[in-house]
Amino acid sequence: MGTALDIKIKRANKVYHAGEVLSGVVVISSKDSVQHQGVSLTMEGTVNLQLSAKSVGVFEAFYNSVKPIQIINSTIEMVKPGKFPSGKTEIPFEFPLHVKGNKVLYETYHGVFVNIQPQKGKLTPSPVDFTITPETLQNVKERALLPKFLIRGHLNSTNCVITQPLTGELVVESSEAAIRSVELQLVRVETCGCAEGYARDATEIQNIQIADGDVCRGLSVPIYMVFPRLFTCPTLETTNFKVEFEVNIVVHLHPDHLITENFPLKLCRT
Amino acid sequence: MAVFPWHSRNRNYKAEFASCRLEAVPLEFGDYHPLKPIKVTESKTKKVTRKGSTSSTSSSSSSSMVDPLSSVLDGTDPLSMFAATADPAALAAATVMCPSHACLVILEQLMDHVLLGTDEHNHVSLQVSDTAAATLPSPLLEETASDPRLKCESTPELRSQCLKKSKLEFLRMPPLGVLVLEKSHLCDVNSFCLGRAGTAAFAMSEKVRTRLEELDDFEEGSQKELLNLTQQDYVNRIEELNQSLKDAWASDQKVKALKIVIQCSKLLSDTSVIQFYPSKFVLITDILDTFGKLVYERIFSMCVDNRSVLPDHFSPENANDTAKETCLNWFFKIASIRELIPRFYVEASILKCNKFLSKTGISECLPRLTCMIRGIGDPLVSVYARAYLCRVGMEVAPHLKESLNKNFFDFLLTFKQIHGDTVQNQLVVQGVELPSYLPLYPPAMDWIFQCISYHAPETLLTEMMERCKKLGNNALLLNSVMSAFRAEFIATRSMDFIGMIKECDESGFPKHLLFRSLGLNLALADPPESDRLQILNEAWKVITKLKNPQDYINCAEVWVEYTCKHFTKREVNTVLADVIKHMTPDRAFEDSYPQLQLIIKKVIAYFHDFSVLFSVEKFLPFLDMFQKESVRVEVCKCIMEAFIKHQQEPTKDPVILNALLHVCKTMHDSVNALTLEDEKRMLSYLINGFIKMVSFGRDFEQQLSFYVESRSMFCNLEPVLVQLIHSVNRLAMETRKVMKGNHSRKTAAFVRACVAYCFITIPSLTGIFTRLNLYLHSGQVALANQCLSQADAFFKAAISLIPEVPKMINIEGKMRPSESFLLEFLCNFFSTLLIVPDHPERGVLFLVRELLNVIQDYTWEDNSDEKIRIYTCVLHLLSAMSQETYLYHIDKVDSNDSLYGGDSKFLAENNKLCETVMAQILEHLKTLAKDEALKRQSSLGLSFFNSILAHGDLRNNKLNQLSVNLWHLAQRHGCADTRTMVKTLEYIKKRSKQPDMTHLTELALRLPLQTRT
Repeated sequence: MGTALDIKIKRANKVYHAGEVLSGVVVISSKDSVQHQGVSLTMEGTVNLQLSAKSVGVFEAFYNSVKPIQIINSTIEMVKPGKFPSGKTEIPFEFPLHVKGNKVLYETYHGVFVNIQPQKGKLTPSPVDFTITPETLQNVKERALLPKFLIRGHLNSTNCVITQPLTGELVVESSEAAIRSVELQLVRVETCGCAEGYARDATEIQNIQIADGDVCRGLSVPIYMVFPRLFTCPTLETTNFKVEFEVNIVVHLHPDHLITENFPLKLCRT
Repeated sequence: MAVFPWHSRNRNYKAEFASCRLEAVPLEFGDYHPLKPIKVTESKTKKVTRKGSTSSTSSSSSSSMVDPLSSVLDGTDPLSMFAATADPAALAAATVMCPSHACLVILEQLMDHVLLGTDEHNHVSLQVSDTAAATLPSPLLEETASDPRLKCESTPELRSQCLKKSKLEFLRMPPLGVLVLEKSHLCDVNSFCLGRAGTAAFAMSEKVRTRLEELDDFEEGSQKELLNLTQQDYVNRIEELNQSLKDAWASDQKVKALKIVIQCSKLLSDTSVIQFYPSKFVLITDILDTFGKLVYERIFSMCVDNRSVLPDHFSPENANDTAKETCLNWFFKIASIRELIPRFYVEASILKCNKFLSKTGISECLPRLTCMIRGIGDPLVSVYARAYLCRVGMEVAPHLKESLNKNFFDFLLTFKQIHGDTVQNQLVVQGVELPSYLPLYPPAMDWIFQCISYHAPETLLTEMMERCKKLGNNALLLNSVMSAFRAEFIATRSMDFIGMIKECDESGFPKHLLFRSLGLNLALADPPESDRLQILNEAWKVITKLKNPQDYINCAEVWVEYTCKHFTKREVNTVLADVIKHMTPDRAFEDSYPQLQLIIKKVIAYFHDFSVLFSVEKFLPFLDMFQKESVRVEVCKCIMEAFIKHQQEPTKDPVILNALLHVCKTMHDSVNALTLEDEKRMLSYLINGFIKMVSFGRDFEQQLSFYVESRSMFCNLEPVLVQLIHSVNRLAMETRKVMKGNHSRKTAAFVRACVAYCFITIPSLTGIFTRLNLYLHSGQVALANQCLSQADAFFKAAISLIPEVPKMINIEGKMRPSESFLLEFLCNFFSTLLIVPDHPERGVLFLVRELLNVIQDYTWEDNSDEKIRIYTCVLHLLSAMSQETYLYHIDKVDSNDSLYGGDSKFLAENNKLCETVMAQILEHLKTLAKDEALKRQSSLGLSFFNSILAHGDLRNNKLNQLSVNLWHLAQRHGCADTRTMVKTLEYIKKRSKQPDMTHLTELALRLPLQTRT
């Protein structure tokens, strides 16, 4: 049996903010005592630009010009050269989280084009009522072929706290055709630009069905969606890039109609 | 060898009797007496000591021992562990099923694409391999991806396995299997399938088979499997999924476990074989429960650190961060499940885990989940989802009644959907009629209603009822209200309910079910006194109009109980008459025996007085409807059981007798060569119970003629005949008692008639010992009633029967040697023979002689001493016979002692017999002088010695000498038990101290004790 080394971070949810202290322990366990040349721990934070499979080509030039940006880097020496006794050794450590230089530390986030930033948003509730009928639709080829329907509803707010679910209500007041499904589609729109131009990419990051089958007319169906933790971040606008979110209410009608209503969202973290 | 003469010792029975009695000891008040109640003070001290002792034992046991039972229940015992994990067969099965399970997942996805038409322009098979990557074990994945042929083959089989259920489904699959490669085809197939499915009957298997045969690349195995696919297979599949969930969990594959659960709950959105839905719901929620439990327990175990264990009612603050984070993770994962139904079910299944996050978690979650159900379009799916939520809610937070009510009211709002177009279209497609569709609802509705009505205030129930009333087509609701609400609540509003039922729409939910539900309530709780008759009239008015005999009887059966409970025989009679009227045409009763049987049981349960019961005119005609013999016998048995249980007094009521004789005759006549012994025993027990309960009081003649009649009726059941013989004997003794032993001419004749009855009945029995004992017993009765010649006849019959006793007899199914039974019988017989007077025309002691001859000629076991033991007993008998006055007598019968008055000729004859018997005994003892028999010789010798000591006159020298010889014989080979010998000697010495026993002193001196050297 060799020696096993493990780093355990104290905070269970592993989320840290700038200015806080990252603390934890290094656990070394081995059967026999181990000779070593000292232990040092390095913390490194980088921003990495990755290329989306969808947009190869568009960005190649741009990509090559940007190297991973280091935003934090610190090293501490934990133990001087010596010997670990057999069994389990725990060495506690602490790192203060300070951004290098005058850069802003963004919130970690995995997107098609990366980046994020903690931003203290001002949250003003902004409820939206909506009504969907054949008449309200755009992009319809033959409006006459559409079955008649009337769908009302509201979103409690399009300004959302990222940790709180998106809520609202939807009522199918009437519909000639049977309803097959109603879904909430969360879309992220990323815009990336520099002097050469800009790229815009919309990705579905979550799709939640809220009604399955021919729902009862006149009965409100709840709209409820939890924002996925990894794929969302507060709405962000910087000089180089934008990350925005939208929600689509998608209604599938029998036999093969698809109705979509789009609402831009503003996400923030309080 | 010398012939030893026998000299009986003269006995003074009175004196001996007196000396045997215990001495009476005068007792002072307050003295100790064992039968006195224990005083309080005494018991107190006892208690203290007991306490001390138990505490000491318990402390020692708690420290040293673990209760073996509890340790077994911990799951550490090898058996349960084996069953849980290591069953090799189950493991093998699981691994075998695993690949197909993975394919199932793929197919599920595939179907989704096909059905929803959301597939991009991708090739379908490509999609398969994509999704397969997530779930398939790699070797299979390669195969599936690289070998399209294999995929084609497995597709229909697996698809039908995962959606299984019926041949309908099976019909849809084969084309899909072939055409799976092109999306455009798929659509065709789909529409084709949907179009066909409605019209295609289940009898399509022939066509299907030919179609299958057209598919060249079908293997025989898979085809076979398809044809045999049943509901059971579906159940098995789900059980396998359940197992693989546990396996995945145990091997730490949490994501896989979640996937399995999601796949399972997806099945709940499929209503393609709608009649199967409730069963499917039960099967799948079972898996969900397992999952919920696993998740909860895991998170719970995270909160347990080495020192403290979380209490059952913990608050979120007690849960540590890791547990909370894991818990949150689960909820986040579940919140991102795309489909509504799986998301709902999986979240509901781990509802309990909210306890780790916040105090109000569950109370916030329940209403949200309740609202979420509104999104489920299919009313059947949604009502079952509600039932599940109510169930989980009641389990986790029984105090949160609000969301239960919300579920109920939401359900009412969507109620109209059942009659909407979407559902109707679906039913047409599946070929399901509304009356068979609606009964799928009650299980779920009943559950919801029951949850709400449990301990609910009266006002809530009333409100619920009012809301139900307002809806049209509310028969379904009414039915669930009646089956879920408290019976008292329903019963007090019976008239309202009858009104509502009458108003219901006849189409859809059948009315007879409603009346049945109402009847069930009324059987449990009583409606107001004033309404009772009206309720019955109103209900019966509807019930009697039901055309279908099955519907009718299901309803009538329930209402019979109400009728019996509250009304008299007149109403019951009317109801029974109505049932007969409905069930007789076209022999409809043949299909409804269980219900008819229930009716009889209920009537019997409420009418304990059989004279009233049988005066219900239609009761017997009702019984006539049970024409299938087995059922008729069952019913007869029920009646007889009730009779035996409830009849307190003996009866002579001709109505009861006639009816029950008829019933018993029916039972008796069902006996044939194939009837099992147990059944015969049961029937005999019941008939005997009846016979014992019949009494004509002082009218003995009538009683006897009843027994005569019974004998002719029940001749095939031996135990009944035995009972009859005993009853007749008892009757004879009763007569004797009434006449105080002095029979008049008339009673003497009657008693002889009784005796004659027994005498001619006994030979018809088969059991040899039964016959012997009954002969003896009846002979005793005859003797007691001064029927001397009849008694002789019984005894002679018994004697002549003895040679027929087989060596082995069957006792409770096992063959046993009969000798011990014979010995027992003979001893009993001898005791009777003592007092039987000799026949004036036969020789002295002719019965004893005859018996001795029979014993002599009987072929005994080779190595047994039973014959000698019997001879010893004969010796005792003869000694007793030679006494001046016998030990006991029968009143008014002169035994030999008074007949001969100690005549010397009689005594000489007696002694001669003794000598013969002794010679036989000694002869036998001599034959035992071989090595292997020495022990027997010793013990027989000693027993003979004891006999002489007890019954012989030891003042006679020869006898004295014989006894000394026997003593030596017993000790000769060291086989004797020294302690017995010592005791015997002590006894002799003690006896010698009695006044006329001094000669024993001398004897004792001549009996040396063998010392062990």
